[in-house]
Amino acid sequence: MATQEQRTSIVWDYAPAPESPDHVRLRDSYGLFIDGDFRDPGDGTRVQSINPATEEVVAEVAFAGPGDVRRAVEAARAAQPGWAALSGLERGKYLFRVARLIQERARELAVVESMDGGKPIRESRDVDVPLAAAHFFHYAGWADKLSYGMGGRAVEPLGVAGQIVPWNFPLLMAAWKLAPALACGNTAVLKPAETTPVTALLLAEILQEAELPPGVVQIVPGDGAAGATLVREPDIDKVAFTGSTSVGKNIQAALAGRGIPLTLELGGKSANIVFEDAALDQAVEGIVNGIFFNQGHVCCAGSRLLIQESVAETVVSKLWDRMGRLRVGDPLDKNTDVGAINSREQLERITALVASGEEEGAVRRTVVCDLPDRGYWFAPTLFTGVAPAHRIAAEEIFGPVVSVLTFRTQAEAIEKANSTPYGLAAGIWTDKGSKAFEVAAALQAGVVWQNTYNKFDPSAAFGGYKESGFGREGGMSGLRPYLRHDVSDPGVTL
Amino acid sequence: MSDRLPVRKTYKLFIGGAFVRSESGRYDRAGEFNIPRGSRKDVRDAVAAARKAAVGWAGKTAYNRGQILYRFAEALESRAADIGAERSDVEASIDVLVHYAGWTDKFQPVLGGINPVAAPFLSFSVPEPTGVVGVVAPDSPPLLGLVAELAPALAAANTVVAVLSEDRPLPGLDLGEVMGIADVPGGVVNLISGRRSELAPALAGHHALSAIVNATGELAAEIDKLASESVTRVRHTSPATDYATATADPLSRLEAVTELKTAWHPVGA
Repeated sequence: MATQEQRTSIVWDYAPAPESPDHVRLRDSYGLFIDGDFRDPGDGTRVQSINPATEEVVAEVAFAGPGDVRRAVEAARAAQPGWAALSGLERGKYLFRVARLIQERARELAVVESMDGGKPIRESRDVDVPLAAAHFFHYAGWADKLSYGMGGRAVEPLGVAGQIVPWNFPLLMAAWKLAPALACGNTAVLKPAETTPVTALLLAEILQEAELPPGVVQIVPGDGAAGATLVREPDIDKVAFTGSTSVGKNIQAALAGRGIPLTLELGGKSANIVFEDAALDQAVEGIVNGIFFNQGHVCCAGSRLLIQESVAETVVSKLWDRMGRLRVGDPLDKNTDVGAINSREQLERITALVASGEEEGAVRRTVVCDLPDRGYWFAPTLFTGVAPAHRIAAEEIFGPVVSVLTFRTQAEAIEKANSTPYGLAAGIWTDKGSKAFEVAAALQAGVVWQNTYNKFDPSAAFGGYKESGFGREGGMSGLRPYLRHDVSDPGVTL
Repeated sequence: MSDRLPVRKTYKLFIGGAFVRSESGRYDRAGEFNIPRGSRKDVRDAVAAARKAAVGWAGKTAYNRGQILYRFAEALESRAADIGAERSDVEASIDVLVHYAGWTDKFQPVLGGINPVAAPFLSFSVPEPTGVVGVVAPDSPPLLGLVAELAPALAAANTVVAVLSEDRPLPGLDLGEVMGIADVPGGVVNLISGRRSELAPALAGHHALSAIVNATGELAAEIDKLASESVTRVRHTSPATDYATATADPLSRLEAVTELKTAWHPVGA
């Protein structure tokens, strides 16, 4: 392993600037949010949610057992007809309230998100929480306009949606799932991720404060078993899952023959392509954002960096230099760029994949920096000399690790970018407009960013090709997974 | 007295634009004809042919694809009497082709558009073909049941491998011959006759297949399970019985075989 000389600047050049957690008022223990209130688990358990940066307890949280999941589905079923019977305007007004309350409690939510998941406060404050509010605001406005979003077709809700979200953007993914489902007149049972349930429970408080009718949303934290139970519940009408491709395949198989609509937003190994005519300094910033944003715990992370041969050495050198200036550490420090790895399990996975990269002959460089004594950390890492067959070039690492490959021609870049079972996202760095459009059209990826990366907006569809899943979230297309064409009313007359 | 011996037709599978016997050498009897009984290997060959044809077909302009689908309708009209199906079945199929010929350059703005994002980017979402679409055609109606699922897949710029009606494969095989004169490029549509219970699972489990449309009402659990191995998109639908049911919800048919791509391009410095 190549190393860099010990950085001297990073420790002293900024004074610590921690965001204060004083205004956070967490309960000691959270129940399962079912039928409008926090309930004791019946056959579930209580577990401690851990801050991955300190290994201290954030809060105690109830985990749902199978009976609890059943209870949640029953509550959602009971509430669904009433919720669907509300006018679209009234449903929308509840969602607008939720959006506003998220904005009001934004600071608290951001701090808790960083405590529970390890992400830098700068990101939870500037990305996760504002986007969560924006999603509710966007879909609130759809609630009374649904048929316009469906090509003029008459529509009806599906019923009860079972929704499972991952640990990398806990509150934001909850918003992505709940906002469209509710706008369309469905009720929901949401299962937050095992390691990051707390902000979803704060969202439950917000739903109470918004006076959302009981039963419209249930929030039942739990581990993978709870998710497996939820998707196998007989009385659900829709499943939406964001997470790994392997679990997504299991869910698709579990639903076989049941006729339940499914949306899958799965893993990725997204190519970030740098052409020789790109603005290279700008590209380097984009590469950093693409792979080190949220410690690389991003399904669409630009984890395969494809650089045109003529500029590869320059870009790698600039990138390595820039990586040396990343500040790794306390997620609550406003100057932190890279926070804590979400869990011990994830740290072990990253460590194992990085070790495989070295074993298979790629050249590793890891930034040398002081890491806190406690918590889970992985310093930003760059691999060169990567062959397409290496595990680090093919498998999702989901950590702050970028694999560099090179290409000579545009055709080769496209071929390499598409040569993966995944198809979630891609980046293109070039100053030639026509080339950007041509390459964007040729990439098999659900989202393509030109001269930028990791941009999200509630009005823009997000979702994958191939084994990165199917169905879209965001915008008009995000409505379709939660509606059916009402065949009793032809809508558009042909 | 007519002593002339009629020339019988040899029915073949339609793969990669060529009329071929099943590689297995097997056949079934349908009336006075022998019908090839396609094999798993034929399915794999057909998927490979469809994959090969996908880039060229998707690369054609929407206008061009519309004209080809319309010409397909023209060709079917002119050969209507030669198709071994009821007249109403053939006529509905022709009209469905005309309907979807018109969709080729219209579904994009209906399913996609400009995204009004809160940042200085031109962000837009466009439906693109998902790739190779498998169609498991119902037994009846033998032609429309196939065309109702084939036409939207083609309109959305996909290539297709179809498993034909098991009861009545002749109309589907006849359709292959019509395509030969309709400017539909070789490999864009591939037609296989045989046992559905053998062919449909081979199709659903093929990892190069992007989506599968099952219009039979059968085999749902098996198809779903095989499709999950490579996150293949699945749509189960009941057979179209007439023109109205084949075109009642064209957007759902088109959506099922498209991928929405969102592109972000910077605006300004």
